[in-house]
Amino acid sequence: MTPPPVFAVREVEFGYGGAFRLTGASFEVAEGEILGLVGPNSSGKTTLLRLLSKVHVPDRGEIRFRGTPIGAVGRLALARDVAVVPQEEQLAFSVSVEELVLMGRFPRGAGRLFEGPEDLARAREAMALAGVLDLGNHPVDALAGGERQRALIARALAQEPRVLLLDEPTSHLDLLHQRHLVGLLRRLNRERGMTVVFVSHDLNLAGELADRLLLLSDGRLVRLAPPREVLDEAVLEEAYGCPVWVERLASGRPVVLGVRL
Amino acid sequence: MISRRRVGAATVVVAGGLAVAGLLGLATGPAPIGAGDVAAALVGRARSDLAATVVLELRLPRVLLAALAGGGLAVAGAAFQALTRNPLADPAVLGVAGGAALGAVLGHLWGLEGSLAATVGLSAAAFAGALIAATTVYLIATSGGWLPVQTLLLAGVITGLFFSAVITLVVSLVDFAQLGGILHWLMGSLGIVGYRPVAVIAVGTAAGSAMVYAQARALNLLALGEESALQLGVEAERVKRVVFVAASLLTGVIVAQTGPIGFVGLIVPHGVRLAVGADNRLLLPVAAGAGATFLVLADTLARLVVQPAELPVGVVTAFCGAPFFVYLMRTRLRRRTP
Repeated sequence: MTPPPVFAVREVEFGYGGAFRLTGASFEVAEGEILGLVGPNSSGKTTLLRLLSKVHVPDRGEIRFRGTPIGAVGRLALARDVAVVPQEEQLAFSVSVEELVLMGRFPRGAGRLFEGPEDLARAREAMALAGVLDLGNHPVDALAGGERQRALIARALAQEPRVLLLDEPTSHLDLLHQRHLVGLLRRLNRERGMTVVFVSHDLNLAGELADRLLLLSDGRLVRLAPPREVLDEAVLEEAYGCPVWVERLASGRPVVLGVRL
Repeated sequence: MISRRRVGAATVVVAGGLAVAGLLGLATGPAPIGAGDVAAALVGRARSDLAATVVLELRLPRVLLAALAGGGLAVAGAAFQALTRNPLADPAVLGVAGGAALGAVLGHLWGLEGSLAATVGLSAAAFAGALIAATTVYLIATSGGWLPVQTLLLAGVITGLFFSAVITLVVSLVDFAQLGGILHWLMGSLGIVGYRPVAVIAVGTAAGSAMVYAQARALNLLALGEESALQLGVEAERVKRVVFVAASLLTGVIVAQTGPIGFVGLIVPHGVRLAVGADNRLLLPVAAGAGATFLVLADTLARLVVQPAELPVGVVTAFCGAPFFVYLMRTRLRRRTP
């Protein structure tokens, strides 16, 4: 018997304030898959991540997590398995990078008031992986955007998740750090079998990293297919509503050059 | 990393400061009693009956009340600040102290005074008032199961103003002779008789503080924002509700005995946060000790400046608190802008 998919989304509808953000989306995320969510602004990408992390409850339809309706999965249990890297976070009070990363240990010992040496060791490992080990004592609100993003990635890794959801993880990263992050995600995927779902505006980076791309437009699922099929002029033009210029390299890999002006 | 040991060490330091403030409070008053005599009286070896009576029966309950009220208000303030993710929140700003005061005023008018049962009843009335105010604020601010923070503060201010208007209404309608000590109490006072109110407030503040402290780690995560807290496994709404009730309990039992005393819940957690950081596991116990020390010193000053009369302690906390608050804001702003 094959294990159930990590996420099975069936006919999900969700909206706030009357306006529907997501209508009738159905798809599955397989164990060990890297799935990229792409699409124009406010097409429902972040909303989809919030539904997958149980921040929002669908108005209609169903989301199953490893076969169980997500509503029946406890928040702590879910946080032990699924970690989220938010695009940005407004801290109410100043904390250090190490304190922030240690918060990722909450689902692994919520009954305890204090973290133990094991928690500290895991947090340090995660910080080393994300490249923020030397920033441990720095206040998070004094960090540059890219460093803060890496601190958030470290916190997610400290949860020791099997599934990673990332919302525009490269938006503040320069080319070198983008490369680091893509390398890290690939390694986690290959060595630990980690399932990765990420949102990105960078279609080329998304196509490079993902096994499949899920293209959303105006709350509807337009296409779910390997990058070669999604990064296509006709498909993208329909979703983004403007002419898009895509070239194919000799290898057949598509490269999105931008809008046709 | 915050460890149990670091929390213990900080607590010991703060408790030392509190002990010194307590001795000062016990030694101060119309009848001068030296620190040595105070210490002797405390261990039951007073050199005179008068010293024993003054220290143990008049001043000690008052100093204990000040310490418990100051500590409890600081914990309630820190709790509300963590809950609303806003350093400007405290029981007064959120209208919870106003609700507690209305409950206590009605309790006084029903004659809840004197016996232990009446003292507990008065605290219960104030707690009920605090809870009604907190729930009102919560319901006004909640939309679609969420609790947006800005709306919460606004709702708190409005609720507080409404409750103080109701108190003014009640006070103006009631016969002046019936008002008795209410007017004095409404100014905020620690002048009590005997240990009964101290015992009631001790139980209430211990319970409320323990409830808040048990959620300290979850409250830290709430500072990241609701969405991140949920994604890290915090049952945000449940944590908020527990802390709301606990902070209302603290506010209620304290206001019932002392009347509204401002600024302690606002400036103490704020100042302590600047000193030890925002981790509630360290912040809460240190704020409790600092709040206790602050109110004991403020009350000592209130008894000292216009002898043989005394000032309402709320005047002293406001006179010390407001400038201190401005100073904190300015130094913090200066550090933020290089």
